[in-house]
Amino acid sequence: MLNFIQQLGRSGIDFFQRLGRASILLGQILAGIPGVLLRFPLIIQQLYSVGVLSLLIILVSGLFVGMVLGLQGYNTLVDFGAEESLGIMVAVSLVTELGPVVAALLFAGRAGSALTAEIGLMKATEQLSAMEMMAIDPIRRVLTPRFLAGFISMPLLAAIFSAVGVIGGDFVGVGLLDVDEGAYWSQMQASVDFYDDVMNGIIKSVVFGIVVTWIAVFEGYDAIPTSEGVSRATTRTVVHSSLAILGLDFILTAIMF
Amino acid sequence: MADSTTPLIEIRNLSFARGDRMIFDGIDMDIERGKVSVIMGPSGTGKTTLLRLIGGQIRPLTGSIKVDGVEVTKLSRSALFQLRKRMGMLFQNGALLTDMSVYDNIAFPIREHTQLSEKMIRTLVSMKLQVVGLRGARDLMPSELSGGMARRVAMARAIALDPMMMMYDEPFTGQDPISMGVLVRLIRELNDALGLTSIVVSHDIEEASSIADMIYLLSGGKVVAQGSATALRESGSEWAKQFMKGLPDGPVPFHYPAIDYADDLLSGGDSL
Repeated sequence: MLNFIQQLGRSGIDFFQRLGRASILLGQILAGIPGVLLRFPLIIQQLYSVGVLSLLIILVSGLFVGMVLGLQGYNTLVDFGAEESLGIMVAVSLVTELGPVVAALLFAGRAGSALTAEIGLMKATEQLSAMEMMAIDPIRRVLTPRFLAGFISMPLLAAIFSAVGVIGGDFVGVGLLDVDEGAYWSQMQASVDFYDDVMNGIIKSVVFGIVVTWIAVFEGYDAIPTSEGVSRATTRTVVHSSLAILGLDFILTAIMF
Repeated sequence: MADSTTPLIEIRNLSFARGDRMIFDGIDMDIERGKVSVIMGPSGTGKTTLLRLIGGQIRPLTGSIKVDGVEVTKLSRSALFQLRKRMGMLFQNGALLTDMSVYDNIAFPIREHTQLSEKMIRTLVSMKLQVVGLRGARDLMPSELSGGMARRVAMARAIALDPMMMMYDEPFTGQDPISMGVLVRLIRELNDALGLTSIVVSHDIEEASSIADMIYLLSGGKVVAQGSATALRESGSEWAKQFMKGLPDGPVPFHYPAIDYADDLLSGGDSL
Protein backbone atom coordinates (compact mmCIF):
# COMPACT_ATOMS: atom_id res chain seq x y z
CA MET A 1 0.00 0.00 0.00
CA LEU A 2 2.77 2.38 1.01
CA ASN A 3 4.60 1.35 -2.13
CA PHE A 4 1.59 2.22 -4.22
CA ILE A 5 1.27 5.68 -2.68
CA GLN A 6 4.98 6.21 -3.17
CA GLN A 7 4.66 5.20 -6.80
CA LEU A 8 1.68 7.49 -7.24
CA GLY A 9 3.58 10.38 -5.70
CA ARG A 10 6.59 9.75 -7.89
CA SER A 11 4.60 9.72 -11.10
CA GLY A 12 2.73 12.81 -9.94
CA ILE A 13 5.97 14.69 -9.35
CA ASP A 14 7.29 13.40 -12.64
CA PHE A 15 4.21 14.62 -14.45
CA PHE A 16 4.41 18.10 -12.98
CA GLN A 17 8.13 18.32 -13.70
CA ARG A 18 7.48 17.51 -17.33
CA LEU A 19 4.63 19.98 -17.45
CA GLY A 20 6.95 22.60 -16.00
CA ARG A 21 9.69 21.88 -18.52
CA ALA A 22 7.15 21.92 -21.33
CA SER A 23 5.78 25.28 -20.17
CA ILE A 24 9.23 26.82 -20.01
CA LEU A 25 9.92 25.50 -23.49
CA LEU A 26 6.64 26.96 -24.76
CA GLY A 27 7.67 30.32 -23.33
CA GLN A 28 11.01 30.12 -25.10
CA ILE A 29 9.35 29.10 -28.37
CA LEU A 30 6.90 32.01 -28.15
CA ALA A 31 9.73 34.42 -27.37
CA GLY A 32 11.34 33.39 -30.65
CA ILE A 33 8.28 34.19 -32.78
CA PRO A 34 9.11 37.84 -33.62
CA GLY A 35 12.53 36.82 -34.92
CA VAL A 36 11.14 33.99 -37.00
CA LEU A 37 8.38 36.12 -38.54
CA LEU A 38 11.10 38.21 -40.15
CA ARG A 39 12.50 35.10 -41.80
CA PHE A 40 9.53 33.93 -43.77
CA PRO A 41 11.31 31.26 -45.85
CA LEU A 42 11.90 29.28 -42.64
CA ILE A 43 8.16 29.14 -41.97
CA ILE A 44 7.29 28.37 -45.59
CA GLN A 45 9.63 25.38 -45.50
CA GLN A 46 7.97 24.04 -42.37
CA LEU A 47 4.47 24.80 -43.62
CA TYR A 48 5.30 22.50 -46.50
CA SER A 49 6.52 19.59 -44.41
CA VAL A 50 3.95 19.98 -41.62
CA GLY A 51 0.93 21.15 -43.61
CA VAL A 52 1.17 20.33 -47.29
CA LEU A 53 2.49 16.83 -46.71
CA SER A 54 -0.45 16.11 -44.38
CA LEU A 55 -2.90 17.13 -47.07
CA LEU A 56 -3.41 13.77 -48.74
CA ILE A 57 -4.45 11.90 -45.60
CA ILE A 58 -6.75 14.79 -44.64
CA LEU A 59 -8.41 14.85 -48.06
CA VAL A 60 -8.96 11.11 -48.26
CA SER A 61 -10.20 10.78 -44.68
CA GLY A 62 -12.43 13.85 -45.00
CA LEU A 63 -14.06 12.43 -48.09
CA PHE A 64 -14.76 9.05 -46.50
CA VAL A 65 -16.00 10.48 -43.22
CA GLY A 66 -18.37 12.71 -45.21
CA MET A 67 -19.60 9.75 -47.25
CA VAL A 68 -20.26 7.67 -44.16
CA LEU A 69 -22.10 10.58 -42.57
CA GLY A 70 -24.24 10.90 -45.70
CA LEU A 71 -25.11 7.23 -45.67
CA GLN A 72 -25.85 6.93 -41.96
CA GLY A 73 -27.60 10.25 -41.77
CA TYR A 74 -29.86 9.33 -44.68
CA ASN A 75 -30.83 6.00 -43.13
CA THR A 76 -31.85 7.71 -39.91
CA LEU A 77 -33.52 10.75 -41.40
CA VAL A 78 -35.49 8.87 -44.03
CA ASP A 79 -37.54 7.14 -41.31
CA PHE A 80 -38.88 10.54 -40.35
CA GLY A 81 -39.18 11.74 -43.92
CA ALA A 82 -36.57 14.35 -43.12
CA GLU A 83 -33.90 13.30 -45.61
CA GLU A 84 -33.92 16.83 -47.05
CA SER A 85 -32.15 17.91 -43.86
CA LEU A 86 -29.19 15.66 -44.64
CA GLY A 87 -27.11 18.69 -45.66
CA ILE A 88 -27.51 20.33 -42.25
CA MET A 89 -26.70 17.16 -40.40
CA VAL A 90 -23.55 16.46 -42.41
CA ALA A 91 -22.31 20.03 -42.31
CA VAL A 92 -22.95 20.68 -38.63
CA SER A 93 -21.37 17.45 -37.46
CA LEU A 94 -18.33 18.05 -39.62
CA VAL A 95 -17.79 21.72 -38.93
CA THR A 96 -18.35 21.66 -35.17
CA GLU A 97 -17.06 18.25 -34.22
CA LEU A 98 -15.62 15.77 -36.66
CA GLY A 99 -13.63 18.23 -38.76
CA PRO A 100 -11.50 19.67 -35.96
CA VAL A 101 -11.26 16.44 -33.94
CA VAL A 102 -10.56 13.88 -36.64
CA ALA A 103 -8.28 16.25 -38.55
CA ALA A 104 -6.35 16.91 -35.33
CA LEU A 105 -6.05 13.20 -34.57
CA LEU A 106 -4.76 12.58 -38.09
CA PHE A 107 -2.47 15.59 -37.81
CA ALA A 108 -1.01 14.22 -34.56
CA GLY A 109 -0.34 10.89 -36.21
CA ARG A 110 1.06 12.27 -39.42
CA ALA A 111 2.78 15.56 -38.61
CA GLY A 112 3.17 15.40 -34.82
CA SER A 113 5.00 12.09 -34.86
CA ALA A 114 7.23 13.31 -37.70
CA LEU A 115 8.11 16.47 -35.78
CA THR A 116 9.01 14.52 -32.64
CA ALA A 117 11.10 12.00 -34.53
CA GLU A 118 12.91 14.69 -36.49
CA ILE A 119 13.75 16.84 -33.48
CA GLY A 120 14.59 13.80 -31.34
CA LEU A 121 16.98 12.50 -33.98
CA MET A 122 18.55 15.93 -34.37
CA LYS A 123 19.19 15.80 -30.65
CA ALA A 124 20.50 12.23 -30.75
CA THR A 125 22.91 13.03 -33.60
CA GLU A 126 24.15 16.13 -31.75
CA GLN A 127 22.82 18.49 -34.41
CA LEU A 128 21.13 20.60 -31.74
CA SER A 129 24.32 20.69 -29.65
CA ALA A 130 26.30 21.62 -32.74
CA MET A 131 23.94 24.54 -33.35
CA GLU A 132 24.38 25.69 -29.79
CA MET A 133 28.14 25.57 -30.21
CA MET A 134 27.77 27.67 -33.36
CA ALA A 135 26.03 30.24 -31.15
CA ILE A 136 22.67 29.51 -32.79
CA ASP A 137 19.72 28.94 -30.49
CA PRO A 138 18.12 25.65 -31.61
CA ILE A 139 14.82 26.60 -29.97
CA ARG A 140 14.45 29.65 -32.16
CA ARG A 141 15.97 28.15 -35.27
CA VAL A 142 14.37 24.69 -35.16
CA LEU A 143 11.41 24.64 -32.76
CA THR A 144 9.76 28.03 -33.28
CA PRO A 145 9.28 27.73 -37.07
CA ARG A 146 7.85 24.23 -36.63
CA PHE A 147 5.52 25.38 -33.89
CA LEU A 148 4.28 28.29 -36.00
CA ALA A 149 3.78 26.02 -38.98
CA GLY A 150 1.64 23.63 -36.90
CA PHE A 151 -0.34 26.53 -35.49
CA ILE A 152 -1.09 27.85 -38.97
CA SER A 153 -1.69 24.51 -40.72
CA MET A 154 -4.05 22.85 -38.25
CA PRO A 155 -7.07 25.18 -38.72
CA LEU A 156 -6.56 25.13 -42.48
CA LEU A 157 -6.39 21.35 -42.55
CA ALA A 158 -9.52 21.09 -40.39
CA ALA A 159 -11.35 23.47 -42.75
CA ILE A 160 -10.30 21.41 -45.76
CA PHE A 161 -11.38 18.24 -43.96
CA SER A 162 -14.86 19.67 -43.34
CA ALA A 163 -15.21 21.04 -46.85
CA VAL A 164 -14.25 17.75 -48.47
CA GLY A 165 -16.53 15.92 -46.04
CA VAL A 166 -19.51 18.02 -47.09
CA ILE A 167 -18.76 17.15 -50.70
CA GLY A 168 -18.50 13.47 -49.72
CA GLY A 169 -21.93 13.72 -48.10
CA ASP A 170 -23.24 15.22 -51.32
CA PHE A 171 -21.80 12.33 -53.36
CA VAL A 172 -23.65 9.77 -51.30
CA GLY A 173 -26.77 11.67 -50.35
CA VAL A 174 -27.50 13.44 -53.60
CA GLY A 175 -25.61 11.23 -56.03
CA LEU A 176 -26.54 7.76 -54.78
CA LEU A 177 -29.55 8.17 -52.51
CA ASP A 178 -31.48 10.80 -54.51
CA VAL A 179 -31.76 13.51 -51.88
CA ASP A 180 -32.76 16.71 -53.62
CA GLU A 181 -29.62 18.65 -54.42
CA GLY A 182 -31.21 22.04 -53.91
CA ALA A 183 -32.49 21.00 -50.49
CA TYR A 184 -29.10 19.57 -49.46
CA TRP A 185 -27.27 22.81 -50.13
CA SER A 186 -29.90 25.43 -49.37
CA GLN A 187 -30.91 23.95 -46.02
CA MET A 188 -27.25 23.74 -45.10
CA GLN A 189 -26.77 27.40 -46.01
CA ALA A 190 -29.84 28.46 -44.11
CA SER A 191 -29.16 26.55 -40.91
CA VAL A 192 -25.42 26.43 -40.36
CA ASP A 193 -24.57 29.55 -38.39
CA PHE A 194 -21.21 31.16 -38.87
CA TYR A 195 -20.66 32.23 -35.27
CA ASP A 196 -22.30 29.33 -33.49
CA ASP A 197 -21.04 26.52 -35.68
CA VAL A 198 -18.18 27.49 -37.97
CA MET A 199 -16.43 29.78 -35.49
CA ASN A 200 -16.58 27.16 -32.73
CA GLY A 201 -14.96 24.68 -35.08
CA ILE A 202 -12.24 27.15 -35.94
CA ILE A 203 -11.54 27.89 -32.27
CA LYS A 204 -11.30 24.17 -31.57
CA SER A 205 -8.90 23.56 -34.41
CA VAL A 206 -6.67 26.46 -33.37
CA VAL A 207 -6.48 25.09 -29.82
CA PHE A 208 -5.78 21.57 -31.09
CA GLY A 209 -3.10 22.91 -33.41
CA ILE A 210 -1.29 24.64 -30.56
CA VAL A 211 -1.55 21.67 -28.22
CA VAL A 212 -0.53 18.98 -30.72
CA THR A 213 2.46 20.94 -32.03
CA TRP A 214 3.50 21.91 -28.52
CA ILE A 215 3.43 18.28 -27.38
CA ALA A 216 5.26 17.16 -30.53
CA VAL A 217 8.14 19.64 -30.33
CA PHE A 218 8.45 19.23 -26.55
CA GLU A 219 8.62 15.44 -26.76
CA GLY A 220 11.26 15.67 -29.48
CA TYR A 221 13.33 18.22 -27.60
CA ASP A 222 12.99 16.37 -24.30
CA ALA A 223 13.61 12.90 -25.78
CA ILE A 224 16.36 10.72 -24.38
CA PRO A 225 18.91 10.90 -27.20
CA THR A 226 18.98 7.21 -28.11
CA SER A 227 16.98 5.22 -30.65
CA GLU A 228 14.81 3.84 -27.88
CA GLY A 229 14.31 7.28 -26.39
CA VAL A 230 13.22 8.77 -29.71
CA SER A 231 10.83 5.91 -30.41
CA ARG A 232 9.24 6.27 -26.97
CA ALA A 233 8.95 10.01 -27.45
CA THR A 234 7.24 9.54 -30.80
CA THR A 235 4.74 7.13 -29.29
CA ARG A 236 4.09 9.53 -26.41
CA THR A 237 3.42 12.35 -28.86
CA VAL A 238 0.68 10.40 -30.59
CA VAL A 239 -0.87 9.06 -27.37
CA HIS A 240 -0.72 12.29 -25.38
CA SER A 241 -1.89 14.44 -28.30
CA SER A 242 -4.84 12.16 -28.98
CA LEU A 243 -5.89 12.16 -25.34
CA ALA A 244 -5.44 15.92 -25.13
CA ILE A 245 -7.53 16.44 -28.26
CA LEU A 246 -10.42 14.32 -26.99
CA GLY A 247 -10.32 15.80 -23.51
CA LEU A 248 -10.10 19.38 -24.72
CA ASP A 249 -12.85 18.72 -27.24
CA PHE A 250 -15.22 17.86 -24.43
CA ILE A 251 -14.20 20.90 -22.39
CA LEU A 252 -14.44 23.29 -25.34
CA THR A 253 -17.79 21.90 -26.43
CA ALA A 254 -19.12 22.22 -22.90
CA ILE A 255 -17.98 25.84 -22.70
CA MET A 256 -19.12 26.94 -26.13
CA PHE A 257 -22.55 25.34 -26.54
CA MET B 1 40.95 40.39 -25.01
CA ALA B 2 43.50 39.03 -22.60
CA ASP B 3 47.24 39.31 -22.87
CA SER B 4 48.63 37.05 -25.60
CA THR B 5 51.23 35.50 -23.32
CA THR B 6 48.67 34.05 -20.91
CA PRO B 7 47.22 30.63 -21.68
CA LEU B 8 44.10 30.72 -23.85
CA ILE B 9 42.24 28.45 -21.48
CA GLU B 10 42.85 28.37 -17.75
CA ILE B 11 41.05 25.73 -15.75
CA ARG B 12 41.29 25.94 -11.99
CA ASN B 13 40.03 23.50 -9.38
CA LEU B 14 37.30 22.23 -11.68
CA SER B 15 34.84 19.70 -10.30
CA PHE B 16 31.90 18.14 -12.03
CA ALA B 17 29.62 15.30 -11.02
CA ARG B 18 27.00 13.35 -12.90
CA GLY B 19 24.56 12.00 -10.34
CA ASP B 20 26.66 10.55 -7.55
CA ARG B 21 29.64 9.91 -9.79
CA MET B 22 32.45 12.45 -9.61
CA ILE B 23 33.67 13.04 -13.20
CA PHE B 24 36.24 15.73 -12.36
CA ASP B 25 37.68 16.23 -8.93
CA GLY B 26 39.52 19.51 -8.79
CA ILE B 27 41.52 19.54 -11.99
CA ASP B 28 43.86 22.35 -13.11
CA MET B 29 44.89 22.76 -16.71
CA ASP B 30 46.41 25.45 -18.92
CA ILE B 31 45.93 25.29 -22.68
CA GLU B 32 48.64 27.32 -24.40
CA ARG B 33 47.84 29.61 -27.32
CA GLY B 34 48.78 28.38 -30.76
CA LYS B 35 49.44 24.83 -29.63
CA VAL B 36 47.73 21.54 -30.28
CA SER B 37 46.83 20.07 -26.90
CA VAL B 38 45.62 16.52 -26.71
CA ILE B 39 43.49 15.25 -23.86
CA MET B 40 43.71 11.49 -23.47
CA GLY B 41 42.30 9.05 -21.05
CA PRO B 42 40.38 5.82 -20.80
CA SER B 43 36.75 5.80 -21.96
CA GLY B 44 34.36 7.30 -19.48
CA THR B 45 36.83 9.71 -17.89
CA GLY B 46 34.86 12.71 -19.07
CA LYS B 47 37.04 13.92 -21.93
CA THR B 48 34.01 14.99 -23.94
CA THR B 49 32.46 16.47 -20.79
CA LEU B 50 35.54 18.67 -20.47
CA LEU B 51 34.96 20.09 -23.96
CA ARG B 52 31.32 20.75 -23.11
CA LEU B 53 32.39 22.54 -19.94
CA ILE B 54 34.82 24.72 -21.89
CA GLY B 55 32.09 25.48 -24.44
CA GLY B 56 29.72 26.41 -21.62
CA GLN B 57 27.13 23.79 -22.57
CA ILE B 58 27.18 22.47 -19.03
CA ARG B 59 28.15 24.20 -15.82
CA PRO B 60 30.67 22.79 -13.33
CA LEU B 61 30.01 22.05 -9.68
CA THR B 62 32.87 24.27 -8.57
CA GLY B 63 35.95 25.83 -10.07
CA SER B 64 36.69 28.26 -12.84
CA ILE B 65 37.22 28.01 -16.60
CA LYS B 66 38.65 31.08 -18.30
CA VAL B 67 38.69 31.24 -22.07
CA ASP B 68 40.72 34.15 -23.40
CA GLY B 69 40.38 35.84 -20.03
CA VAL B 70 36.58 35.39 -19.86
CA GLU B 71 35.05 33.33 -17.08
CA VAL B 72 32.84 30.86 -18.96
CA THR B 73 31.03 29.53 -15.90
CA LYS B 74 29.45 32.89 -15.07
CA LEU B 75 28.50 34.15 -18.52
CA SER B 76 24.95 35.07 -19.45
CA ARG B 77 23.46 33.20 -22.37
CA SER B 78 23.99 36.03 -24.86
CA ALA B 79 27.58 36.62 -23.74
CA LEU B 80 28.19 32.91 -24.01
CA PHE B 81 26.86 32.95 -27.58
CA GLN B 82 29.23 35.83 -28.38
CA LEU B 83 32.13 33.77 -27.06
CA ARG B 84 31.04 30.66 -28.95
CA LYS B 85 31.23 32.51 -32.24
CA ARG B 86 34.97 32.43 -31.62
CA MET B 87 35.03 28.73 -30.81
CA GLY B 88 34.82 25.92 -33.33
CA MET B 89 33.84 22.46 -32.30
CA LEU B 90 33.96 19.21 -34.21
CA PHE B 91 31.54 16.64 -32.84
CA GLN B 92 32.29 12.95 -32.87
CA ASN B 93 30.25 12.18 -35.98
CA GLY B 94 30.35 15.62 -37.48
CA ALA B 95 26.79 16.51 -36.46
CA LEU B 96 26.03 17.91 -39.90
CA LEU B 97 22.49 19.13 -40.42
CA THR B 98 21.03 16.26 -42.39
CA ASP B 99 18.39 18.26 -44.23
CA MET B 100 20.94 20.52 -45.93
CA SER B 101 23.62 20.00 -48.56
CA VAL B 102 27.33 20.27 -47.76
CA TYR B 103 27.31 23.80 -49.14
CA ASP B 104 24.38 24.92 -47.00
CA ASN B 105 25.87 23.30 -43.92
CA ILE B 106 29.00 25.40 -44.19
CA ALA B 107 27.04 28.49 -45.17
CA PHE B 108 24.71 27.94 -42.19
CA PRO B 109 26.71 29.73 -39.46
CA ILE B 110 27.69 32.50 -41.89
CA ARG B 111 24.07 33.08 -42.89
CA GLU B 112 22.89 33.02 -39.30
CA HIS B 113 25.49 35.44 -37.99
CA THR B 114 26.27 37.82 -40.84
CA GLN B 115 24.42 39.78 -43.51
CA LEU B 116 26.87 38.88 -46.28
CA SER B 117 25.65 38.64 -49.86
CA GLU B 118 25.07 35.21 -51.36
CA LYS B 119 28.03 35.79 -53.70
CA MET B 120 30.34 36.49 -50.80
CA ILE B 121 29.04 33.46 -48.90
CA ARG B 122 29.73 31.29 -51.94
CA THR B 123 33.32 32.51 -52.07
CA LEU B 124 33.81 31.90 -48.34
CA VAL B 125 32.28 28.43 -48.49
CA SER B 126 34.44 27.50 -51.48
CA MET B 127 37.55 28.63 -49.61
CA LYS B 128 36.65 26.60 -46.53
CA LEU B 129 35.86 23.54 -48.64
CA GLN B 130 39.12 23.89 -50.56
CA VAL B 131 41.03 23.76 -47.26
CA VAL B 132 39.52 20.38 -46.39
CA GLY B 133 39.76 19.17 -50.00
CA LEU B 134 36.04 18.75 -50.59
CA ARG B 135 35.17 21.59 -52.94
CA GLY B 136 33.89 18.98 -55.39
CA ALA B 137 31.48 17.58 -52.80
CA ARG B 138 29.66 20.90 -52.47
CA ASP B 139 26.28 19.65 -53.66
CA LEU B 140 26.23 16.30 -51.88
CA MET B 141 23.89 15.62 -48.97
CA PRO B 142 25.36 14.50 -45.62
CA SER B 143 23.91 11.01 -46.12
CA GLU B 144 26.06 10.64 -49.25
CA LEU B 145 29.33 11.29 -47.40
CA SER B 146 31.65 8.76 -45.81
CA GLY B 147 32.39 9.18 -42.10
CA GLY B 148 35.75 10.80 -42.77
CA MET B 149 34.31 13.19 -45.35
CA ALA B 150 31.50 14.17 -43.00
CA ARG B 151 34.08 15.09 -40.38
CA ARG B 152 36.02 17.16 -42.88
CA VAL B 153 32.85 19.02 -43.87
CA ALA B 154 32.15 19.59 -40.20
CA MET B 155 35.67 20.96 -39.83
CA ALA B 156 35.05 23.37 -42.68
CA ARG B 157 31.83 24.42 -40.98
CA ALA B 158 33.60 24.88 -37.65
CA ILE B 159 36.15 27.26 -39.19
CA ALA B 160 33.51 29.12 -41.19
CA LEU B 161 33.47 32.07 -38.81
CA ASP B 162 37.28 32.08 -38.38
CA PRO B 163 37.37 31.06 -34.71
CA MET B 164 40.29 31.53 -32.35
CA MET B 165 40.20 27.94 -31.17
CA MET B 166 39.03 24.52 -32.28
CA MET B 167 37.85 21.62 -30.16
CA TYR B 168 37.85 18.15 -31.62
CA ASP B 169 35.81 15.43 -29.94
CA GLU B 170 37.33 12.03 -30.79
CA PRO B 171 38.10 12.98 -34.39
CA PHE B 172 39.82 9.69 -35.25
CA THR B 173 37.30 7.16 -33.96
CA GLY B 174 36.26 4.60 -36.54
CA GLN B 175 38.35 5.99 -39.39
CA ASP B 176 40.31 3.99 -41.94
CA PRO B 177 44.08 4.68 -42.01
CA ILE B 178 43.86 7.03 -44.99
CA SER B 179 41.16 9.31 -43.66
CA MET B 180 42.81 9.12 -40.23
CA GLY B 181 46.00 10.43 -41.87
CA VAL B 182 44.03 13.18 -43.61
CA LEU B 183 42.37 14.28 -40.39
CA VAL B 184 45.65 14.27 -38.46
CA ARG B 185 47.30 16.42 -41.09
CA LEU B 186 44.31 18.78 -41.30
CA ILE B 187 44.20 19.38 -37.56
CA ARG B 188 47.87 20.31 -37.53
CA GLU B 189 47.72 22.40 -40.70
CA LEU B 190 44.59 24.30 -39.70
CA ASN B 191 46.11 25.05 -36.34
CA ASP B 192 49.32 26.44 -37.81
CA ALA B 193 47.90 28.14 -40.90
CA LEU B 194 44.98 29.86 -39.17
CA GLY B 195 46.84 30.57 -35.94
CA LEU B 196 44.33 28.57 -33.90
CA THR B 197 44.59 26.89 -30.58
CA SER B 198 43.43 23.30 -30.81
CA ILE B 199 42.19 20.88 -28.21
CA VAL B 200 41.88 17.30 -29.34
CA VAL B 201 40.11 14.70 -27.25
CA SER B 202 41.25 11.27 -28.31
CA HIS B 203 42.43 7.88 -27.26
CA ASP B 204 44.24 7.01 -30.44
CA ILE B 205 47.73 7.25 -28.99
CA GLU B 206 49.76 7.07 -32.20
CA GLU B 207 47.80 9.65 -34.16
CA ALA B 208 47.25 11.99 -31.27
CA SER B 209 50.85 12.01 -30.13
CA SER B 210 52.06 12.68 -33.66
CA ILE B 211 50.43 16.12 -33.65
CA ALA B 212 50.38 16.94 -29.94
CA ASP B 213 52.48 19.75 -28.55
CA MET B 214 51.15 18.86 -25.16
CA ILE B 215 49.33 15.81 -23.81
CA TYR B 216 47.14 15.66 -20.72
CA LEU B 217 46.27 12.26 -19.35
CA LEU B 218 43.00 12.15 -17.46
CA SER B 219 41.94 9.35 -15.17
CA GLY B 220 39.67 9.05 -12.18
CA GLY B 221 38.72 12.71 -12.34
CA LYS B 222 42.30 13.98 -12.17
CA VAL B 223 45.06 14.97 -14.56
CA VAL B 224 47.42 12.09 -13.85
CA ALA B 225 50.22 13.08 -16.20
CA GLN B 226 51.05 15.85 -18.60
CA GLY B 227 53.85 16.72 -20.97
CA SER B 228 54.99 16.26 -24.55
CA ALA B 229 54.54 12.88 -26.20
CA THR B 230 58.19 11.89 -25.74
CA ALA B 231 58.21 13.07 -22.16
CA LEU B 232 55.15 10.98 -21.37
CA ARG B 233 56.53 7.92 -23.09
CA GLU B 234 59.69 8.10 -21.03
CA SER B 235 57.98 9.16 -17.84
CA GLY B 236 58.12 6.95 -14.79
CA SER B 237 54.43 7.46 -14.05
CA GLU B 238 52.48 4.22 -13.91
CA TRP B 239 49.47 5.92 -15.46
CA ALA B 240 51.45 7.24 -18.39
CA LYS B 241 53.11 3.89 -18.92
CA GLN B 242 49.86 1.96 -18.91
CA PHE B 243 48.08 4.32 -21.23
CA MET B 244 50.87 5.02 -23.70
CA LYS B 245 51.66 1.33 -24.06
CA GLY B 246 48.07 0.14 -23.90
CA LEU B 247 48.61 -2.33 -21.05
CA PRO B 248 45.42 -4.13 -19.98
CA ASP B 249 46.10 -3.88 -16.26
CA GLY B 250 47.71 -1.19 -14.13
CA PRO B 251 46.41 1.86 -12.30
CA VAL B 252 43.29 1.45 -14.46
CA PRO B 253 42.32 -2.06 -13.37
CA PHE B 254 41.17 -4.71 -15.82
CA HIS B 255 38.38 -5.77 -13.45
CA TYR B 256 35.43 -3.60 -12.67
CA PRO B 257 35.23 -3.32 -8.87
CA ALA B 258 33.54 -6.46 -7.52
CA ILE B 259 33.43 -8.63 -4.43
CA ASP B 260 36.11 -11.26 -4.04
CA TYR B 261 36.01 -13.81 -6.87
CA ALA B 262 36.22 -16.90 -4.63
CA ASP B 263 33.50 -15.54 -2.31
CA ASP B 264 31.35 -14.79 -5.31
CA LEU B 265 31.62 -18.33 -6.71
CA LEU B 266 31.23 -20.08 -3.35
CA SER B 267 28.20 -18.04 -2.31
CA GLY B 268 26.27 -19.68 -5.14
CA GLY B 269 24.44 -16.50 -6.00
CA ASP B 270 23.30 -15.69 -2.43
CA SER B 271 25.10 -12.39 -2.57
CA LEU B 272 23.13 -11.24 -5.58
